[in-house]
Amino acid sequence: MVQIHNTAEPALHGLAGGPVKVSRRAQLWKDIKKSKHYYFMMSPYMIIFFLFTVIPVVVSFGLSFFYFNMLETPRFVGWENYSRLLLGDDVFMIALKNTFLFAVITGPLSYIACFLFAWLINELSPFVRALMTLVFYAPSISGNVFFIWLIVFSGDSYGYLNGFLMKIGVLLEPIQWLQNEKYILAIVIIVQLWLSLGTSFLAFIAGLQTVDQTLFEAGAMDGIRNRWQELWFITLPSMRPQLMFGAVMQITASFAVAEVSIALAGFPSVNYAGHTVVTHLMDYGTLRFEMGYASAIATILFGIMLGTNMMTQKLLRKVGE
Amino acid sequence: MTLYSRVIGAFRPQKRLNRSFTVSLMLFGLLLAFGSFMVLPLIYTVNNAFKPLDELFIFPPRFLVRNPTLENFTDLVVIMGNSWVPFTRYVANTLLITLVGTAGHILLASAAAYPLAKFKFPGSNMLFRIVVLSLMFSPHVTAIPNYLVMSQLGWINTQAAIIVPSLAFSLGLFLMKQFMEQIPDALIEAAKIDGANEYRVFWQIVMPNVKPAWLTLMILQFPALWGTDGGSFIYSENLKTLHYALSQVIQGGIARAGVGAAVALLLMTVPILLFIISQSSVIQTMATSGMKE
Repeated sequence: MVQIHNTAEPALHGLAGGPVKVSRRAQLWKDIKKSKHYYFMMSPYMIIFFLFTVIPVVVSFGLSFFYFNMLETPRFVGWENYSRLLLGDDVFMIALKNTFLFAVITGPLSYIACFLFAWLINELSPFVRALMTLVFYAPSISGNVFFIWLIVFSGDSYGYLNGFLMKIGVLLEPIQWLQNEKYILAIVIIVQLWLSLGTSFLAFIAGLQTVDQTLFEAGAMDGIRNRWQELWFITLPSMRPQLMFGAVMQITASFAVAEVSIALAGFPSVNYAGHTVVTHLMDYGTLRFEMGYASAIATILFGIMLGTNMMTQKLLRKVGE
Repeated sequence: MTLYSRVIGAFRPQKRLNRSFTVSLMLFGLLLAFGSFMVLPLIYTVNNAFKPLDELFIFPPRFLVRNPTLENFTDLVVIMGNSWVPFTRYVANTLLITLVGTAGHILLASAAAYPLAKFKFPGSNMLFRIVVLSLMFSPHVTAIPNYLVMSQLGWINTQAAIIVPSLAFSLGLFLMKQFMEQIPDALIEAAKIDGANEYRVFWQIVMPNVKPAWLTLMILQFPALWGTDGGSFIYSENLKTLHYALSQVIQGGIARAGVGAAVALLLMTVPILLFIISQSSVIQTMATSGMKE
């Protein structure tokens, strides 16, 4: 970031006087006044952003210490919501377990897939590259058409998978894929992976295209012998900023699994097999109206997402060292 | 260039270190296999929309359509024509939300990104840090207080409940700011010396230079709003969206399967077409999407 106002602006406005001693507060006030146009330009966005993103996070944290059902005035209960959540709520434990399973499987897998496919696509000719980018990116923007997977996993013999397996003779009877706890989690993971090549995938494709090609020649001189070394010592470090960005997007998405689970397995799913922290949050927030309790769930989810992000970023710094 | 040479170009010899032929073959096999996994459900959706009823319920199920028909689309018009909220109403609602939400977002995010990208002033670092931090959690976290704020503002059951929060989607500001940092400072200074004020510089110098970023924000925002069902904020039937209409059609049961496929095709086509148009601009913007450590 270039600090234009420190160099050009004072000269423009004839303010570049000698070293006048001003108090820090007066200086701050002067800077604020000088930047009033910037604040004004940012204000519409920032007001909405604070109103619907920042303040809600703070309010949610605050509410998590209250009993609040939207009708009575909130009643302060201290850590009660948290202790009930962590010690007395068996369904939350299932939700937490499922969410971690989703995150641990879909998070890294989708992240690696985003990179791997971007890397392979990058070597294709421009036309094929554009086509393959579309192929991989299309599912994540095609709206909510993931319900087509309902047809694939449909429980009767019209379901694609059942029809196929019965035709080749593996099954005699159709399987109720989405009503059987054994399969729900796996199916949601598959569909989630199908949807997960989104923004970070594009960022990786773009990142790969901006890697300085002369680095590879220099690397070959310095004794890089194979493609894997090239990848680890040149390509990955060059696109570390995009890798960071991609990690944030993938982690956040993999902890927030809910829509797919609800669309495929129902809400609540059989024996809570597809229940996640977000569906638990919806359960208390929109069905039972226990807002304080739901806020405690939200706060824990927020903490988990933030913590994982910080950890991952630390790990990513080690790439190519 | 002919299609043939384009495809062959895909396997052009690498200028750099070579992979062994077997590894290359395996990797491209992998790309092909996963590529078809990604695209088959979409091709299936397209085919389904043109299947006559007897082909939709054939056993064993058939992937491709044999006798394509437009019946599903005409049925859609008929069914929706009979419901007490006409289909065009759902389309109009969705278009309103999508167009206002997308255009407003691009404008507001750009106006906020320009000072953050180009100037340093009290609070600028902190504001940007908060925006980056907010990339790290999903909107579900804020759903409940959001609802409370909405009801305080009296926006429940209005389109504003969906449009206004989407205007300040944090990813948009982030990408726009990263992209704007590339604009040469000399360009801005020159405009100022020529007597342009901040707003004019923003509108006449900066905005025309960040067109690729506009398209990127559009391709991120548009599908999100286009596919919104808004169910938690909007209760009046005549304010509901296309996605909601789709779920109604699907709940209509087995006889509606064809119509459902037709609506699904409509829902999915628009964002994909938009992406095809804006692809190169999107990639260009994403190149600046990186995060500093």
